[in-house]
Parts: sequence; C-alpha cells; structure tokens
Amino acid sequence: MLEEIYIAGFGGQGALSTGQLLAHAGLMEGKYVSYVPIYGVEKRGGVANCGVTISNQQISSPLVTEPTVLVVMNSLSLERFEKAVVPGGLIIINSSLVEPRVQRTDIRVLPICANEEAESLGDPMVANNVILGALLEITRVVAIETVSEALKDVLPVRRHDMIPVNVKALEKGAELVREYNNLFKE
Amino acid sequence: MKGNEAIGEGAVRAGCRYFFGYPITPQSELTHYLAKRLPEVGRLYMQAESEVASINMVYGASGAGARVMTSSSGPGISLMQEGLSYLAGAQLPCVVVNMMRGGPGLGNIAPSQADYFQATKGGGHGDYHLIVLAPNSVQELVDIMKKAFDLADRYRNPVMVMADGIMAQMMEPVELDDQYQIEIQPKPWAATGKVDHEGKNLINSCYVIPEEMESLNFILRDKYSEINKNEQVCEEYQLDGADIVLVAFGTASRICRAVVEKARAQGIPVGMIRPISLWPFPADFIGTAANRVKCFLSVEMNMGQMVEDVRLSVCGKAPVYHYGRFGGMVPTVRDVLEEVKKIYSGGAGQ
Amino acid sequence: MRKVFSRPVSLKDVPFHYCPGCNHGIAHRLIAEVIDELNIQDNTIGVAPVGCSVFTMDYFDIDMFQASHGRAPAVATGIKRVLPDRVVFTYQGDGDLAAIGTGEFVHAAARGENITLIFINNAVYGMTGGQMAPTTLIGQKTKTSPQGRKHEVNGYPIKVCEMLPPLEGTAYVARVAVHKPKSIIQAKKAIKKAFEVQIKGLGFSLVEVLSACPTNWGLSPIEAVTWLEENMIPYYPLGEFKTPTAGVI
Ligand SMILES: Cc1ncc(C[n+]2csc(CCOP(=O)(O)OP(=O)(O)O)c2C)c(N)n1
Ligand code: SF4
Repeated sequence: MLEEIYIAGFGGQGALSTGQLLAHAGLMEGKYVSYVPIYGVEKRGGVANCGVTISNQQISSPLVTEPTVLVVMNSLSLERFEKAVVPGGLIIINSSLVEPRVQRTDIRVLPICANEEAESLGDPMVANNVILGALLEITRVVAIETVSEALKDVLPVRRHDMIPVNVKALEKGAELVREYNNLFKE
Repeated sequence: MKGNEAIGEGAVRAGCRYFFGYPITPQSELTHYLAKRLPEVGRLYMQAESEVASINMVYGASGAGARVMTSSSGPGISLMQEGLSYLAGAQLPCVVVNMMRGGPGLGNIAPSQADYFQATKGGGHGDYHLIVLAPNSVQELVDIMKKAFDLADRYRNPVMVMADGIMAQMMEPVELDDQYQIEIQPKPWAATGKVDHEGKNLINSCYVIPEEMESLNFILRDKYSEINKNEQVCEEYQLDGADIVLVAFGTASRICRAVVEKARAQGIPVGMIRPISLWPFPADFIGTAANRVKCFLSVEMNMGQMVEDVRLSVCGKAPVYHYGRFGGMVPTVRDVLEEVKKIYSGGAGQ
Repeated sequence: MRKVFSRPVSLKDVPFHYCPGCNHGIAHRLIAEVIDELNIQDNTIGVAPVGCSVFTMDYFDIDMFQASHGRAPAVATGIKRVLPDRVVFTYQGDGDLAAIGTGEFVHAAARGENITLIFINNAVYGMTGGQMAPTTLIGQKTKTSPQGRKHEVNGYPIKVCEMLPPLEGTAYVARVAVHKPKSIIQAKKAIKKAFEVQIKGLGFSLVEVLSACPTNWGLSPIEAVTWLEENMIPYYPLGEFKTPTAGVI
C-alpha cells in the first residue's frame, strides 16, 4: 500500500492541518508516513499545500509530485495539479469553492459541496473533515476511527469540545461516498 | 516529528547546553523549539542581535568549554563565515546547522543545496575545513546531532549540518532512545580562568610570525588528513549490478531513491551512493565503485557543485554527469528518471 | 629599601610593543593593578580585540581570548553565560568598538550583560596606519580625512558614554583619561568600580579611556598629551555618566 496525497489550498483554508491530521493517524497505525508542507511567504491567503505519503514500506521520496489522490480547495490548484495526478488516480474537489471542471478522463473525480455539508452539521469550520472522511472511505489509507483518535492529539485541549462535530464531519464524508457508490450500482 | 524539532531534540540529547542564534526562515521553528526546550532542562537559549554576534557568542562559549550550537540559513551563514574561520583557527568545537535556501542574494526560502561549495571548500578565509554532514531523514536528523557534537569535540573542529526547508518542515516517525548518557571528554585547553588549570590558557588564531602560523597550519593539515581517513561516511543503495550510479545527498537523495526503484522496475540497472559526510567526501568508496560501473550522475539542487568532488573521486575511470534544479526548485522523480534514460540509451546501456 | 613600584602580577614579564607615548600600556597596567587588588587573577578572563592591542592576549597573565574585529562583547557574552562566576572583560579600540562592533557593544549593554568593556578611544585607527575612526574629531586630519574630518562627508564623532546611560541594562559608564598622574588615579578608580559592579552582578559596565596615539597623530608624546587635553577632553568630557542605583559601591 502506498498513497501519495496532495492537498492544495490557500493559507487559512486548513490544507496543512488536514494533512497533519492524516499523517498523525498514519503514525498511530504504525505505518511509514511523511508530511511535507509547501507554502508561500504570506501566512494567510498565499499558497498552502502539503503532501502526505502513507505506506507499508519505507518511503523513498517524501515529495509528492505525482499524487495518487489530489484534494483541491481552489480553482488555481485544480488547474495547476490536475496534470500531475497518476493515471487511475483520484481528485476530490471542494465544489462549494471550485467548479469541478476536469479535463482528464483517465482519473476519478469526486466533487463534494463540503461547506454546505459542514454548515448542515452546524459548523462551517469542519468542511475539510467532510472531504477527509470521503478520502478515507475511498482509499482506506487509515481507519476513520484512528483519525477520530488523532484529533485528540492534533487539536489543542481547549478545542477538544470540537471533537464530536469533527468526527461527525468525517462520518458524513464517508456516508456521501457510500451514497454515490450506491447510485452507480443502480 | 518535524525536521526542525528533530534537530532540536537531537541537540538536547547530544548534551548541547547553549544555543545562540538569530531568526531566519526556514530554520526559525528550530529556534522556537529550542527556546522552549532548552530552559526546560536548565540550559540556555539566547537570541543574539545578528548572526555575526551569534557565531562569536558560540566562539566564547566553546572556548569556555561548553557544548554549544547555532543555526541559520543562506544569508545568515554567510555572515558567520569570518567567525567560522576563527573557530577553525582557534580549534574550537561547535555545531552549526545550515537550512539551505534558494540564492544567491536574498533569494527565497525554498529548499536548495546551493551552499555545498561554501560549506565544504572553506567558506570563510584562510586554509581550513569544516566537517560537513548531510542527513536525509527526520530520524537521521536526530541521530546526526550526537555524531556532530562528538566529532566536533574529538577533533576540536566546527561541524556543519546541512539540510533544507523540506527536511526542516518534513514530518516522519522518529524513534528516540530515551536513555542518553552523554560522556563529554574533559577540555583541558578551555580558557575558564587560571583557577582551573596550570598556567595560562589562550584561545587564539592570531600568529603574526609566519613560521608560527605555518606550524598551526601543519597541525591543522595533519588533523584534516586524519579526519579524511577516518570519517568518510556514505550509504549505498542497490549498487549490485548497477551500470548507472546516482550520487545525491539530503533531499535530492530521497528523490533519487525513488528514481532507483522506478528505473529498476523498468529494467534499467541504476544504483545510488549517498554521501552522508560531505567533508570529508566519501572519495574512497566512490573511487572503488568507479571500477565497476559505467557512469555516474550527480543529482543536486544547485548548478553543479558536488559533481566536482565526484569527478575527483572517480578520477577519469567513468564519465560523470550532473543533473540539477536550482533557485529553490526541486527535481522530480520523473525528471531524473528521464535523464537516467537519456544517459542509458546514449551509451551506458550498451 | 622598600619597593614602591613593581610589575603587577597579572601582567606578564614581557616588553610591550607599543610606540613611545602610546597610552595602551598605561591602560594595561591599570587593569592589571585592579585585578591584583581585587585578587581575581585566577577568576578573570579577558577578551582581546583586533587592533594595536590584540597583543593584550599575551600581556595579561590570565586566561585570554582573541576575538574577531568588533565582536569581543559577543565573545564575552558567550564566556560569561557559560561561566557566570568569572570576571569577564573586553579591551577594545574605537574602530573595534564604535565602528565595526557597534551592534555588539550596544546589545551587550541593552541586555545588561554582566561584563566590563574597557574602551580605548584614541580618535584614530592605530594598527592599520592612522585612518579616520568613528571618534575622530571634526577637523582632525587622518590618512582618510586628509583635509580634516568634515561633518558633511563623514558625520559627527560618536560619543559612546553619552549614548549608553538610557539603556536600562547599563550599570556603570565612565570616561577617563591617562595623560596626567591625577587623571591616571581617577582612571584606575573607575576601572576598579567597573570590575566591582560586575563582581556584584549589577550589570553592564564600560570605561572609556581617552588615549594618545602620537604615531598616527603625527605628534611627539609630549605634544600628544597637550593635543588630547585641548581637543579631546572638551568634546569628550571626563566623568561618570551612570552609576548603579542598586547596591552601594
Ligand atoms: C573584518 C576586519 N576588517 C578590518 C580589519 C583590519 N583592521 C585591523 S585593526 C583595525 C583598526 C583598529 O583600530 P582601533 O579599534 O581604533 O584600535 P587601535 O589600533 O587604534 O588601538 C582594522 C580596521 C580586520 N582585522 N578585520
Ligand atoms: S599606533 Fe597608536 S595606538 Fe597603536 S601602538 Fe602606536 S601609538 Fe599606540
């Protein structure tokens, strides 16, 4: 198993913290993990991307240049990184923010209106975890339960009251994928 | 654990008692970590007014017998060069971390290996060498700090640890051995006040009389050849049956590892040699390998610096090529693989 | 016969290399006498500068460091942080301290670094052959201000003692001269006070010593004394600029 996940957004959108959460969960499952953030000079509004590699074997290059999964949170990133995804790979798009217009036909595309989904859960801050839940359901790179556990380590203690809604968001994402799958089955 | 934290924790466990430094990206998180961690264990973190001051505080602390370090990046390391020359001249141990960034000039904060020449060929004025180490994983960042301090003390010489923004930011699992017994050899040469020793101790690199300066140079030369003999370190990867050997250190070596795997999967016999000590350069190992391989490709995040040392080591026994991206750009696995294929079809394959 | 004059123990028995009439030697001797009187020879560590007085590293019979040009206060900081119970002092010229080393001495003072700086102001770069220093007086001729220093070109001389007192970290700041017996006695008092301030842990101390450089002033030793008195002292008034508020000396 080797997943090379690239999460791309603007600073402040939470791409880096989502990546860290995923990487941390990978560590907890005893996998080989690497996490490399790439950001611009500005803390807010600039480029904020990260690559997360999770594998059962030692990781050669921690740099994700040909992702198996691409998560995009702005249209700039979609344009820029669509070409890089490996054939047969997956792009998850936050379609609340980005029009899911993809040129390639040799990859899978999953648009999720993550912001709306998050709002319906009562907290717009958890949009990224809706996406992460979907990613986990498709790739099974780590278990959702592990990510829920990892929240305890990644969130500061004063934010621990946020854990339940974050877990709900993860589950929501997974559920959406199952719904899609059922749709296609018919 | 993040690379920056790994270096910090490695230093703490290596018995580093003092840190003097000045903020610069991409090493600032290392200073944040140490500013918190060192006082926890009753040691000193101090922010200096400049890199010039930092390295001279290191000079003072080291001459007073302490395990001490500083860290910086590109422009800051340039400002430290005079101080490093003094440290080398006065034979003082210390550890300096350089998180290399794109240059020249202010450049940028993106990962780079452009300071290879500066680190391995002197950097400052006068006839001297730093011991230069280049780890390539977060685990190795932790482990190499102990080695760096030990080498510095053993040879009474400054040691530079080279990494870049990717390694600084990268998170990988790390195993820390929690019993860290540090045995630090006594330093009878330290200038700690005459109470501590017979006669007067002097920390100095000024020899007005050329004959006296030359005798220090002789001592240094002997020391450097001793280091060159004992401390060349490198790692080999899939060298068996390799026609093309990649030579790469640090971040570039991680990319090359993936290149080796991909190339092997496509039936191209590629291997890699990863210098861990950049000075002394693992010339002996590369020179021996040159007897059985068809060519070398030095992959660097610069315009071609280490390739010169590879050529000297290979000594004409095989062609040596260079592939680089610079200015903060990082070569991709695909690009390097393309280059390998080009070389392979151009002759190394026959 | 009673011996009334002898070499301080803290000075080595080697001849100084300084020019005739140079005041470096007097300043050395005063420091050595103070070290002897305070009985701190074995606990004192000195930092030599780059300049004519680099050889203080050989003259004092104490542990010494030789620092790079201007950085002695940073070196002293490193030493003092490792060995807080030692007495640590630097000895620096005006080029060393007030030009290339401006950052280091100001920040050592601002930190209240518990060290002592002996600052030799001879209004010229001595060792490199008489170029203009940051303390060169307006109108004063040097190799690099052959028409005399002009403020339009080179700005004004730096008054180190006047600029330090507002920094909270400074505990003791004084300016002295060593051109006459009376001023030598005062100079020694000030140097002693500075060391005592450090021993008591009160903070940063600096003693500026107005000093003659007959060689680069182009004067005889006697003329140099008069020149110092008539030109330097009016611009660089002698006295204590800051004394510790806490603790009585
Ligand atoms: C980085 C650096 N720049 C320049 C020099 C050359 N240099 C040696 S001594 C000196 C001037 C010293 O003058 P000052 O501090 O006034 O001391 P003095 O010789 O007058 O006692 C200079 C510029 C040096 N050694 N290092
Ligand atoms: S040049 Fe000036 S400062 Fe230097 S030794 Fe001669 S008189 Fe003294």
